[in-house]
Amino acid sequence: MSVTENQIEYVTATVGGQLFGLPISRVLDVFAVERMTRVPLAPPEIAGVLNLRGRVITAIDMRKRLSVTGGKPAGKTMAIGIEHRSEHYGLIVDAIGEVLKLPAAGREANPMNLDPCWAAIAEGIQKLEDRLLVILNVDRILDLQHKTLAA
Amino acid sequence: MNDLLQDFLTETHESLDVVDVELVRFEKEPNNEKILGNIFRLVHTIKGTCGFLGLPRLEALTHAAETVMGKFRDGMPVTSVAVTLILETIDRVKEILAELERSENEPEGTDDDLIKRLEKTSMRDAKPAVAAPPMPEVQGITTGTLVEQTLERPLRPGEVSLDDLERAFRETKTEAPARVSAPPHAANTLVSQTLERPLQPGEVSLDELERAFPETPASEKKSAPAQVRRSGGDRREDERREEERRESEQTSVKNQTLRVQVDTLERLMTMVSELVLTRNQLLEVTRNSENSDLKGPFQRLSNITGELQDGVMKTRMQPIGNAWAKLPRVVRDLSSELGKKINLVMSGEETELDRQLLELIKDPLTHMVRNSADHGIEEAVDRHKAGKPEVGTIRLAAYHEGGHIIVEISDDGRGLDSSRIRAKAIRQGLISETDKLSESQLQKFIFAPGFSTAAKVTSVSGRGVGMDVVKTNIDQIGGTIDLKSVAGKGTTFKIKIPLTLAIVNALIVESDSERFAIPQIAVVELVHIDMDSEHKIERLKDSAVLRLRDKLLPLVDLRSLLELRPLETEAAELFVVVMQVGSRIFGVVVDQVFHTEEIVVKPMSHMLRGIEQFSGKTILGDGSVIIILDPNGIASSIGSMAENAATLDHKIDAHEGEGSLRKISLLVFRAGTDEIKAVPLSLITRLEEIDASKIEFSNGKHMVQYRGGLMPLLPVREGFTVRKEGSQPLLVFIEKERSMGIMVDEIVDIVEDRLEIEIAGKVPGVLGSAIIAGRATEILDVGHYLPLAFEDWLHRADASTSAGTRRILFVDDSVFFRNMLTPVLNSAGYEVKAASGGAEAISILERDADFDFVVSDIEMPGMTGFELADKLRANPRTSHLFLIALSSLNSPARVERGKQAGFNHFIAKFDRGGLISLLKQTETRFAEAA
Repeated sequence: MSVTENQIEYVTATVGGQLFGLPISRVLDVFAVERMTRVPLAPPEIAGVLNLRGRVITAIDMRKRLSVTGGKPAGKTMAIGIEHRSEHYGLIVDAIGEVLKLPAAGREANPMNLDPCWAAIAEGIQKLEDRLLVILNVDRILDLQHKTLAA
Repeated sequence: MNDLLQDFLTETHESLDVVDVELVRFEKEPNNEKILGNIFRLVHTIKGTCGFLGLPRLEALTHAAETVMGKFRDGMPVTSVAVTLILETIDRVKEILAELERSENEPEGTDDDLIKRLEKTSMRDAKPAVAAPPMPEVQGITTGTLVEQTLERPLRPGEVSLDDLERAFRETKTEAPARVSAPPHAANTLVSQTLERPLQPGEVSLDELERAFPETPASEKKSAPAQVRRSGGDRREDERREEERRESEQTSVKNQTLRVQVDTLERLMTMVSELVLTRNQLLEVTRNSENSDLKGPFQRLSNITGELQDGVMKTRMQPIGNAWAKLPRVVRDLSSELGKKINLVMSGEETELDRQLLELIKDPLTHMVRNSADHGIEEAVDRHKAGKPEVGTIRLAAYHEGGHIIVEISDDGRGLDSSRIRAKAIRQGLISETDKLSESQLQKFIFAPGFSTAAKVTSVSGRGVGMDVVKTNIDQIGGTIDLKSVAGKGTTFKIKIPLTLAIVNALIVESDSERFAIPQIAVVELVHIDMDSEHKIERLKDSAVLRLRDKLLPLVDLRSLLELRPLETEAAELFVVVMQVGSRIFGVVVDQVFHTEEIVVKPMSHMLRGIEQFSGKTILGDGSVIIILDPNGIASSIGSMAENAATLDHKIDAHEGEGSLRKISLLVFRAGTDEIKAVPLSLITRLEEIDASKIEFSNGKHMVQYRGGLMPLLPVREGFTVRKEGSQPLLVFIEKERSMGIMVDEIVDIVEDRLEIEIAGKVPGVLGSAIIAGRATEILDVGHYLPLAFEDWLHRADASTSAGTRRILFVDDSVFFRNMLTPVLNSAGYEVKAASGGAEAISILERDADFDFVVSDIEMPGMTGFELADKLRANPRTSHLFLIALSSLNSPARVERGKQAGFNHFIAKFDRGGLISLLKQTETRFAEAA
């Protein structure tokens, strides 16, 4: 990272009205989902598989992953591309936000009363001026087994 | 890292692996000079390169090892201690190499310990070896005087003392006179000497050697061994020529291969996959395009893509034997460490596997073989007590099956101890005291994390990390692992590895608006079902079945299998994809069938790998991603439904037990006379009605064109009038590629009844008569007709009898089945001996145990098939036999019981095709093992 050491860049996105952030170092790209294939028998968090420039990507429905209820917003389905164990995944979110450069020192630990489902995948909270940003851990998002245990 | 060093490391690693294997072989055949020559050359090359690269530690070590091997060459007895020592040396070399790879420097430390021991070993026999064949001229020719020479520092490890060198040098001269042009002089004068052949790599010219003498001791190291090697005199000359020839052959082979970075191949593979996908997209375009100019070039592009793809795939394939190369050494070391006698038998080494997969299964395989040696095989004493041969056997086999590669690891050891597994599972809280689990369910616990039942923790295994790690590794490559174990008999692990990167032909189907790919390899046929078609789906409670050629085909709807939305209304049109997995045939109901397409199999992402019904995913020509169904997974998920029905089976079983005879399906027909005739339905491949006008008569035989070939038709008996018009019903029998039709007048019915035959046996073609559905019925002898249809039917069998025909002992209490199956097996090329019961079978085997298979009925009066199997397995003379159980009632519980008794396989009593294909399969494996 070319940034000064105590600054971290995050790609932000909203899911169910909440702002989340992923370290930019783990994000490959951001793309619009056009056609997706359902995977029968798969865990509910798996939205399906899709073809992104010749690569098969497994899409994770972040609403389901974060146990957020409510309808999907209209418009394009957006996803954040990440790599995990040399496999490609897409995290489907409601909307992509801007990239924020934040001081590492500004991060607080998860509050005790955080929803256990969120606490399992959140690495802390960044306080922005007008709202809170939940920092997510990419590896833990993809650890569905762990989720089942925690739930 | 510098290229030179890199090359050296790669090459040396390869050489050392070969040395490992060769040494173990050499220990067994100490007189095989070829092997020794091979090892010697490899070590010698390594040593030479080390010197060149300036790696003193390695050089000294390999030098000492080479010296010992040189002594072997000169006739020093090959002891297991010496071989172990060299193996140890090689391990040390590997350690040094590992460090070298990491830091580009030899690690600190010394190998004096090993070198001393190596030197001691070679010294022990030094005298007779060096002086080996004392040539008479020696005395006369050596004119120089030996001067006591001293070196002003202690010898470095691996160095040879000046005295030794002198002696070696002097003795070399024994062969010199024949070749050296200049007259031999005293050793202290330098003369130009010539050798009448080119120098071999690593050898030093006589001149250099000569010069080396008065010069620094540093260069001696190199010269000495080269010279010592020659000390054997002329006796070695032929051998050396032989070696030169071999070496030059090797060089030419080397020149035909090229080292390529794996990354390069990987990239190539990815690009080819993309090319295939692009080709598929183009195919989609040209399909819809009217432009015929496109078609020709596209066809070419398509073919070339195909060939390119095959070619690139091949570059990635490696024989699985590469992953096994270390195992003989591992087993050898373990047997000496554990004090057991173990024989490792490998077959199917040439089975090719993607190199990536190969890397990934290497460790699990090694671990499992270690496990078998440590836990599986008993100590010789215990084996003796159990009536087994003292030498335990671990078998490793690889072969292809249904688009997968199967690797089997089996041992004839003590098997798993279910009671101990149970106790441990309870202790770990995995199950409760009251849980009732089947043997095989219990055995599966060994795959649970931290589950080791080894009573004592040895250095080899039993450390609690074990089978769970193996299972995880195999899961990771999308494979499965299964085990069968019989207490006291041994354990077999079966690993199934998918060809993940393979490009396969697949049938594209649709259900609930989702498309899926089914690998073509598993698809037998397609059946179209609509309102008017003759095929109808019928229901037995909740199970759907289809009558297909008078057999009931179990059906599963893809919608319910994959938990898709069920159909709201009865569909007007459906398709059944008939699939075969192993010997199981079933139909999968889908909404729609499209075309077949070549697809690039991409493995399921990690998260989706647990779904057994899927084997991967792919991108279609139109760019969409679809899921590939796994035939094996589907078969087993249907199987689990069957398991639920097992309890029901039991009741029938008990009920059936009352009468000793079982009901079988019989086809009842009329032919020639008024009497009713019958034949077991299972023996008939098909029932057909053909247009009588199509029957041709030639060469005294009736024929009909059938499925693209001529099929001979036979009357049931002489005097039968062949119809001239109308339709002619036929019973069609198909054996391998041959088919035969028996002409009958009328097919009456299919009945299920017990078959109790009284042998009349005088009329040809009739086995006897039986009461079927209350009427006396003649039972047709199918075996009678086969040779009539094909004169060579029996010749064929005879011809193969001479060339190592497999022999089968067939045990059945029913005369009918003995008479029925014997000719069928004969015609498949086996020599069959029939026995009427367990007792007779045992007495036959007592006289002559030279059979390959025992095929036995289960329910027999006197001794049951289970009891027979127990007896055969207990007797060392017959314990090697491949036992196949025939039973009309194959509930999982019975199959389990059979396995416990020692049956290798269970086949439905009337599954003739299944039996023969099983025999063939096993036979192939025998042949490979031999």
